[in-house]
Amino acid sequence: MKSFLIEFPEILLIALRAMRANKLRSVLTTLGIIIGIVAVTTMSTAIVGLREAFISSISSFGSDVLYVDKFPWFAMGNWNQYRNRKDITYEQYEKLRSVLKNYEAMAPSKSTFGAGVKRKEKSVQATLVFGTTEDYQTTGNVNLAEGRFLNDLDVKAGRRVCVVGKDIVDELFPRENPLNQYIKINNVPMQVIGVLEKQGSGMMGAFSLDGQVIMPLKTFETVISNRHQRLRIDIKIGDVSKLEDAKEEIISAMRVIRKVPLNKPDDFAINQQEALKDMYDKTIGIVALAGIVITALSLFVGAIGIMNIMFVSVTERTREIGIRKAIGAKTWSILFQFLTEAAILCVMGGIIGLIISFPLSLVINQFLPTAMPLDIVFISLLISALVGVISGFLPAWKASKLNPVDSLRYE
Amino acid sequence: MNIINIEHIAKIYQVGSEEVHALRDVSLKIDKNEYVAIMGPSGSGKSTLMNILGCLDTPTKGLYDFKGTNVSQMNDNELASIRNKEIGFVFQTFNLLARSDALHNVELPLIYAGVSSSDRKEKARLALDHVGLTDRIHHRPNELSGGQRQRVAIARALVTSPAIILADEPTGNLDTKTGEDIMALFNEIYEQGNTIILVTHEEYIAEHAARIIRIRDGMIERDETVTKRYVPKKNGASKA
Repeated sequence: MKSFLIEFPEILLIALRAMRANKLRSVLTTLGIIIGIVAVTTMSTAIVGLREAFISSISSFGSDVLYVDKFPWFAMGNWNQYRNRKDITYEQYEKLRSVLKNYEAMAPSKSTFGAGVKRKEKSVQATLVFGTTEDYQTTGNVNLAEGRFLNDLDVKAGRRVCVVGKDIVDELFPRENPLNQYIKINNVPMQVIGVLEKQGSGMMGAFSLDGQVIMPLKTFETVISNRHQRLRIDIKIGDVSKLEDAKEEIISAMRVIRKVPLNKPDDFAINQQEALKDMYDKTIGIVALAGIVITALSLFVGAIGIMNIMFVSVTERTREIGIRKAIGAKTWSILFQFLTEAAILCVMGGIIGLIISFPLSLVINQFLPTAMPLDIVFISLLISALVGVISGFLPAWKASKLNPVDSLRYE
Repeated sequence: MNIINIEHIAKIYQVGSEEVHALRDVSLKIDKNEYVAIMGPSGSGKSTLMNILGCLDTPTKGLYDFKGTNVSQMNDNELASIRNKEIGFVFQTFNLLARSDALHNVELPLIYAGVSSSDRKEKARLALDHVGLTDRIHHRPNELSGGQRQRVAIARALVTSPAIILADEPTGNLDTKTGEDIMALFNEIYEQGNTIILVTHEEYIAEHAARIIRIRDGMIERDETVTKRYVPKKNGASKA
């Protein structure tokens, strides 16, 4: 160990000198690694960005909220078995509400995509329209920028009032206070009683929550006029650790309410945010794997370049190796010397690659909410060092095994 | 006490399907502070003998006892350690590292011996002083003359205070005058109590030694003590 510490500066010096003596060759060899690292880091930055975007767009789903629905949100295989299930009804919701004990809030909800919203000559497409109760404020984790949320009376009476997202306000009420003004949804006038806090863009605007409209359930059933819209029951448990117990309790209650025979499977599903995330991770996981494999190929090509040039370097310096061995260098000294040289070449490539991919990550940032993650920086440096050690190993091994007698005679 | 004690060593190389007997049966002893020349025409086996004496190679048969240790069965790393501590090499083609200055070249064996940087520099400077290169320590080999390069190599051989100095045709690449200066330096080193083994095929170089071992066909042909050793006169060494 002591002799290693004394030799190490020498080993570094040799490696740097060798690279300085062959500047152009070193740069060209490193190019393979540079390209590989740029490809891998930008790829992973993009993947992390996609995930961030997705998570921020589903963050409105509370992690302690269970969604009782007719269908599981993600199911592989046969949709027919789900299609024939009976809808969840308002009566079932009321029964569930009366038997369930451990929960913080429960709200029935119906929703639809893309209803037209008008005011005077202006019109806008709402991304999502919800019909629900006052409890949705808790289950949906709703925060208001102005006005108030639906109350008990609005819901019971089926008043024509609504709470709208920021995008709708910006579009229909430029420089005006929207509160207590009227908008038309499906040509039915509705009074705006509240404005939602801005959520920020989710997945590239597709499901922007700033374009949503929330109204009482009864109002939804008359205005949106689709009585067959399926009902969903949102239940906020309030404590993530009790989620599993609550799930059990809901399942048994719902089986009783929906009169499911003992030998039959559930004819409803309990969904949660995790399922969305898992599903997403599965999908993106395949994409990410493919991307990483393809980009890693370029790193592999770079590694072959390094190995090639290290073989050349060993051959060129056969005599130097002979001299060092003759005056006492041990096998590991020579091995380590060439491994270090290959590793330094690759780490330099890695650093240059990172310097190039940093501005690229800023470009990606224009489309996806991400920055180059710090761990990717460290991982890519580690990978490049590893590539150096692996691709340098065979040449270094060859060098360390050279016979001093023959290598001293090498011309 | 003998530094080197070789008993019945042989070296056989396999060349294709043929066995080549480079050394057949060689026994010899070398004492501390001897000045021995090993002579022989090319193909005689003198290079093979030198490689074995220098622990660069191991014999196929026989025993090699170096300072009381059997080195004939040692592995590569053990041999490297013996070479590092006990043997100073001087080669015909100098074998210096082209990209390093004189000081670093002389430091090299000490690096592999695990000597700390400051000790190393001091010892290397002393060795370079010894061979008359005090003012050339930061010159690289290509900035030095042939004689000066060989002096750097001698300083590198001396810096670890080895048990033997093994010089393989040390004047082969030098002109006669410079060669004489180098031989004068070897004489000085010998007179300071070092053991020198000189490998050469030139009679007049061999005559600098006190004992000449002649090799032919892988055997010792003659082992004689030189009655009238040629002692070169010491002249301005630094001009070499």
